[in-house]
Amino acid sequence: MFMLKLIFRNAMRHKLRSSLTVVGVAIAVLAFGLLRTLVAAWYLGVESSSASRLVTRNAISLVFLLPASYQEKIRQVPGVTAVSYGNWFGGVYIDEKNFFPNFAVEPKTYLELYPEFVLTPEERKAFLVDRKGCVVGRKLSERFGWNRGDAVTLRGTIFPGDWEFVVRGVYDGSQRTTDETQFFFHWDYLNESVRKTTPRRADQVGFYILGLASPDLAAEVSLFVDGMFKNSLAETLTETERAFQMSFVSMTEAIIVAIRLVSYVVIVIIMVVAANTMAMTARERIAEYATMKTLGFGGWHVAGVVFGESLVLAMAGGCLGVALSFPAAQGIGRTLSQFVPVFRITAETIYLDLLAAFVVGAVAGVFPTWRGATINIADGLRRIA
Amino acid sequence: MTQQPCRQNIVSVQDLSKSYQRGAQTVPVLENITFEICEGEFLALMGPSGSGKSTLLNILAGIDKADSGTVTVGGVDISSLSETDLAQWRAVNVGFIFQFYNLMPVLTAYENVELPLLLTGLSRRERREHVETALAVVNLQDRMDHYPSQLSGGQQQRVAIARAVVTDPTILVADEPTGDLDRVSAEDVLGLMGRLNREFGKTIIMVTHDPRAAERAHLVRHLEKGVMSDSGR
Repeated sequence: MFMLKLIFRNAMRHKLRSSLTVVGVAIAVLAFGLLRTLVAAWYLGVESSSASRLVTRNAISLVFLLPASYQEKIRQVPGVTAVSYGNWFGGVYIDEKNFFPNFAVEPKTYLELYPEFVLTPEERKAFLVDRKGCVVGRKLSERFGWNRGDAVTLRGTIFPGDWEFVVRGVYDGSQRTTDETQFFFHWDYLNESVRKTTPRRADQVGFYILGLASPDLAAEVSLFVDGMFKNSLAETLTETERAFQMSFVSMTEAIIVAIRLVSYVVIVIIMVVAANTMAMTARERIAEYATMKTLGFGGWHVAGVVFGESLVLAMAGGCLGVALSFPAAQGIGRTLSQFVPVFRITAETIYLDLLAAFVVGAVAGVFPTWRGATINIADGLRRIA
Repeated sequence: MTQQPCRQNIVSVQDLSKSYQRGAQTVPVLENITFEICEGEFLALMGPSGSGKSTLLNILAGIDKADSGTVTVGGVDISSLSETDLAQWRAVNVGFIFQFYNLMPVLTAYENVELPLLLTGLSRRERREHVETALAVVNLQDRMDHYPSQLSGGQQQRVAIARAVVTDPTILVADEPTGDLDRVSAEDVLGLMGRLNREFGKTIIMVTHDPRAAERAHLVRHLEKGVMSDSGR
């Protein structure tokens, strides 16, 4: 208890220096946590993907389509419980800067396969019976002020023209990681129009979503499906939803690696700064450490006082950084909502923040601790004179 | 002050030598020192700067080691003790009074005096009793909640003396205890040390440059170039 008192009072002895160190560690921990959260947000699609869903697309590229007639064949594959399909629509609301993901999907099977998109029974029914109906995520509806019954017009980029929809439901995510910024509508509505305007593009889909009886069947079903369409005009590539999402993330792998690297560099920099502060502190207090040893305190006592002070400063900074990360994440989440659907500080990030602060304190304290613990008493006492 | 008859030797030094290494050169500091100090003695060590008096004091107090020779304090040959054993021995047997007080600036007078008691098995209540008694001896009961920066030099040295005696050590060692004090405060501190010696029977070994401080001692020994002269006074 007495030693704790000594450690805390020593830590607050030079208020300006200690405050600057604490703020420095706090900013570093804040940056570390936010960068980690950004990386986690990048992987959101991967993290929220289901192990019991497969995605089938054209083997050449996602740009090439597949015949809609594949649906029935895929549905008959053993282990497949449901099949849905859809197209990336690529519509623009008013201005291109208002980006959000929008898909034309087969509504009934799609909602069955994605139970994490939670609609009320009334909304679900209203959506299914209205060919011009659409469903939007909660965040998207809040962003544009859309409510049920509102008419929304999207300008097609892949499928030219103005497309009119009526909002029939606003879904909530059942999990914290569920993307609430999506917009989806009836594939039939799209296909009918395409039949009239560009018949050669009609009755084709961009992807199939397959529901599995068990995640263990993923490899077997994938091989079976791709085997069925081998040597056809539109060969397929079937993979888990996770692998499908990873293929998007891997396109930006270099950016993620850079962000991760920067997050570690920030911690290393503050480690060096804190180590310098602690070395300076220990140098100033050598005579006090020598006095303690003169009174009979052992090297371990002195080591505890020096190391404790380093940890107190670093952990105070760590806690401040964690506390600041919540309002900072909220602000960033609001600002980047159109690019990053979910930007939340997770428990794992908090633990890593505190671990980073601990490591900073421990590393910064190693040299001063060793110096304080091994100081020759006579040499140390001479420092005061 | 007159020398008391010697009842029992508390410190015995035999053929003590110590040298320092300065680059490739070996500089002798103490050479074949042999002397004894009686229990209840008040000894002043005098000599010019660099004569080795502080080194000798440090060796007697167990915070430095001799190259050769033996030092026995209270029947314990401290030259053969390990660093850990020496630390424990110091905590029980030696009280230190430094020239610059060496108080912990973040601790109050009370807490500074309590510091050496943390190494004993005393309870919190027992520690309080000891600290209050020690502060009463140095007449600073009313300043126990003051930090060193709130005390004068003389008061700080009195706190340091209270810290030195609070464990009731075998010997008190003082290195230039009045070196940083004005005349009045120095007299005050020397008077207090004299009282500790007379009334409480404390054995005191004091290094000093100040002849007026040395006058308070029973015995004065001079060191010159690492060699101790015969008893002075």
